[in-house]
Amino acid sequence: MLRYIARRILLMIPTLILISFVTFIVVQLPPGDYLNAYVAQLTAEGGETVDRQQIEMLRERYGLNDPFIIQYWKWISNIIFEGDFGRSFEWNAPVSDLLWGRIGLTFVVSLASLLFVYCVAFPIGVYSAIRKYSLGDYVFTFFGFLGLAVPNFLLALVLMVISLQVFGVTPGGLFSPEYAGAPWSFAKLMDFLAHLWIPMIIIGTASTAALIRVMRANLLDELNKPYVETARAKGQSEAVLIMRYPVRIALNPFVSRLGWELPALVSGAAITSIVLNLPTAGPILLTALQSQDMFLAGSFILILSVLTVIGTLVSDILLAWLDPRIRYS
Amino acid sequence: MERGHVIPMNPVDPDAVLTVRNMKTEFALRTHTLKAVDDVSFTLKRGKTLCIVGESGSGKSVTARSILRIVPEPGKITGGDVILHREDGDVALHEMGDRSPEIRAIRGADIAMIFQEPMSSLSPVHTIGFQIEESLILHTNLDQKARRARVVELLRRVEIPDPERTADRYPFEYSGGMRQRAMIAMALACNPKVLIADEPTTALDVTTQAEILDLIQELQDEYGMAVMFITHDMGVVAEIADEVAVMYRGQHVESGTVEDIFANPREDYTKMLIGSAVRLEEPSPIKIAMQAKQAAQTGQEPILEVRGLVKQFAAKRTMLGKLVAEGVRAVNDVSFDLMPSETLGVVGESGSGKTTLGRCIMRMHEPTSGQILYRGRGTDTEITGLDKKGLRDLYADIRMIFQDPYASLNPRMTVEQLIGEPLRNRKLGTPAENRDRVADLLVRVGLKPEHMERYPHAFSGGQRQRIGIARALAPNPKLIIADEATSALDVSLRSQILDLLLEFQESFNLSFIFISHDISTVRYFCDRVAVMYRGEVVEIGNAREVCDNPTHAYTKALLSAVPRPDPTRRRIADRHRYVAKDADLLSNGASA
Repeated sequence: MLRYIARRILLMIPTLILISFVTFIVVQLPPGDYLNAYVAQLTAEGGETVDRQQIEMLRERYGLNDPFIIQYWKWISNIIFEGDFGRSFEWNAPVSDLLWGRIGLTFVVSLASLLFVYCVAFPIGVYSAIRKYSLGDYVFTFFGFLGLAVPNFLLALVLMVISLQVFGVTPGGLFSPEYAGAPWSFAKLMDFLAHLWIPMIIIGTASTAALIRVMRANLLDELNKPYVETARAKGQSEAVLIMRYPVRIALNPFVSRLGWELPALVSGAAITSIVLNLPTAGPILLTALQSQDMFLAGSFILILSVLTVIGTLVSDILLAWLDPRIRYS
Repeated sequence: MERGHVIPMNPVDPDAVLTVRNMKTEFALRTHTLKAVDDVSFTLKRGKTLCIVGESGSGKSVTARSILRIVPEPGKITGGDVILHREDGDVALHEMGDRSPEIRAIRGADIAMIFQEPMSSLSPVHTIGFQIEESLILHTNLDQKARRARVVELLRRVEIPDPERTADRYPFEYSGGMRQRAMIAMALACNPKVLIADEPTTALDVTTQAEILDLIQELQDEYGMAVMFITHDMGVVAEIADEVAVMYRGQHVESGTVEDIFANPREDYTKMLIGSAVRLEEPSPIKIAMQAKQAAQTGQEPILEVRGLVKQFAAKRTMLGKLVAEGVRAVNDVSFDLMPSETLGVVGESGSGKTTLGRCIMRMHEPTSGQILYRGRGTDTEITGLDKKGLRDLYADIRMIFQDPYASLNPRMTVEQLIGEPLRNRKLGTPAENRDRVADLLVRVGLKPEHMERYPHAFSGGQRQRIGIARALAPNPKLIIADEATSALDVSLRSQILDLLLEFQESFNLSFIFISHDISTVRYFCDRVAVMYRGEVVEIGNAREVCDNPTHAYTKALLSAVPRPDPTRRRIADRHRYVAKDADLLSNGASA
């Protein structure tokens, strides 16, 4: 088991190198660079003409004229050796200052959604499979498809209205205005939790609906397997044997989904965050991409990718722990 | 622990352990109600074996499940009495709810059951030890240490090597025979009075089957339990039964002692079952007639010459060079000739390389070395040297028939498309001509031309196999490789299909390579037989001689493990056993 984990971690290294490279290419891909975008913006706003020489000087200073591979190396070596993600052109601040708070919140929101997804999808999926074609199964199926079909932003708007009309909580954001800039305290935590449920539900709904279907289908496949009959013939009670045997095996795809559920939640979070005005990574990533603020955008994407790779690793380790057939081969 | 409602009724027979009276189980299907078990009665006796025999769909498995009340949806037990006779009185199982604690206390404790498929009947993600222990947790008050000791003892009793260690292994680390032994250990955990075995050896090789039958017999002698043994194989019935109950379409058509049933069967169905099994003990009359005719023709050239054929499967390694799978020499230096209109049987157990051999001749596997010379077209064709186009041409001459009549027909194609496909692929005629050809083939295999428009699901297993045969015959082949072509069929269909193939062999001068694990079909159908063991042909010769007087020790062991459908001449108890010498193992492994 330890060797398995060690091998998986070793294999992560080439994956991460590739990801960082591709990230940098993608961020560089649009024609021009931040300065072009900046000049265009200035010209559009005030009709000012910008001094060509000054632009060239800036370009030289930021190393924007260097060949691609050297730019990449400067960027990645600073990250690895000095933990320096570079400076954001647009915010004129170190990327790391902008990043950490937002990445942290993004992950709290995503993890809360993930927890919500699994806690809701697991029991409903099991119920729907065992009581196939019952009234309850049909009801859950109906809501499941509804959850899949309704776009996140629409759900966000609806919940915002409900939140304001029914609960009187100001919708949008993750904190009430009085706590937004305040240091962490118990009161701020409670306020945060009161705001958390809306994005949690919105981001999680589609995944929940999908996972219910996955769990139901997996379990239906397993319920008629001969080993279930063996357990029954042993005299085991129905509740125990279903949880111990078919559910345990049906969990495999449920767990392996974890790996790609994470990036889906993070990207889902971007749209929702913009609608709900959450101080998470989504909105800032969008503006960074629009203005070609390459270090900021690149670092964001890189960190999210690393987290995704880690998510995949966690799900693989969980799988190996659950299923001896994977562990031993 | 609740042990059920005790009813005052003395068993008629003091040895009776379980009485089943007028049992009825029905399945409510969409169109009609299927009476899977229709008024079945029998008694199980201490230390005796009752064989329930019948073909697929006869309701024998549902009968077993009805006793334990574990009939799958949408089945419903609609009537009858099931009474367990215990020292403390009689218990009426039929009065218990399907999920009641009372019936659960009986399952696995008083009545235990083992199943057909030893792989899928065990949970893949729990250790063997835990799955046995579960019965002990449910039905005994033993503490953890005592349970562990009992598990090890049980595994040792069923001859699992090194049980202290192997108890913590998972089913996928066990071989098929070991899994079935573990299943038996699980069933025996609580010393049951009744053991229900549902086709426990059907998925196993004959030698493994013989071992498992031996084991059940031994355990029965030791513990004195009543055994209800469900099988479709009259040979197995003759070997192990004390009493026999024959079932047909849910009804109990005949029962009696095993000697009686085999000597004086009353019902036509029983006669047919025994007749089909006995018939396969001798070469087919058609075959004998053909052999007489062929003896006159001499000086013929073989249609196929195989020389030094080797297939080495490469070892699998991961990216980091870690060995995942050992390399295997699946076919090792195999040579033989096949004459026109001759049938060569290839027998062997699973993993002996017989299927790989067939596939190498078709180049579905690329042979590692060796020659395959095909003479069916006037000129000599070296099959190992053919390119893609050459192979396509060859596939009109050499055809295959497959084992599984369900999996080998595309469910989305009509019968006409299926049978006509080789003709269309080879552009062998106009659509109208091909249609006529398909109609003609359908008649020849015993179906009707109007079946052309139908899809495979509308046909039974035997009919589907006929469609598969028609498809193989469509482009007028000269050689047919039949890979376990009759193994999935009931015994009554088996001889029918073999007779059909013999007829075609006679009228079209077909040659066959008939791959089978079933020695009796080989004796019935083949002129010569090659016995394969670990990739090598250990013996090859006239089918009758090899079957009656085998010379190689492995062939002897294989043949003596085959159950004989004659209760007066039981043979598997004192069979030959073949243990591969280490030298054999090494030569096989070292060449890898």
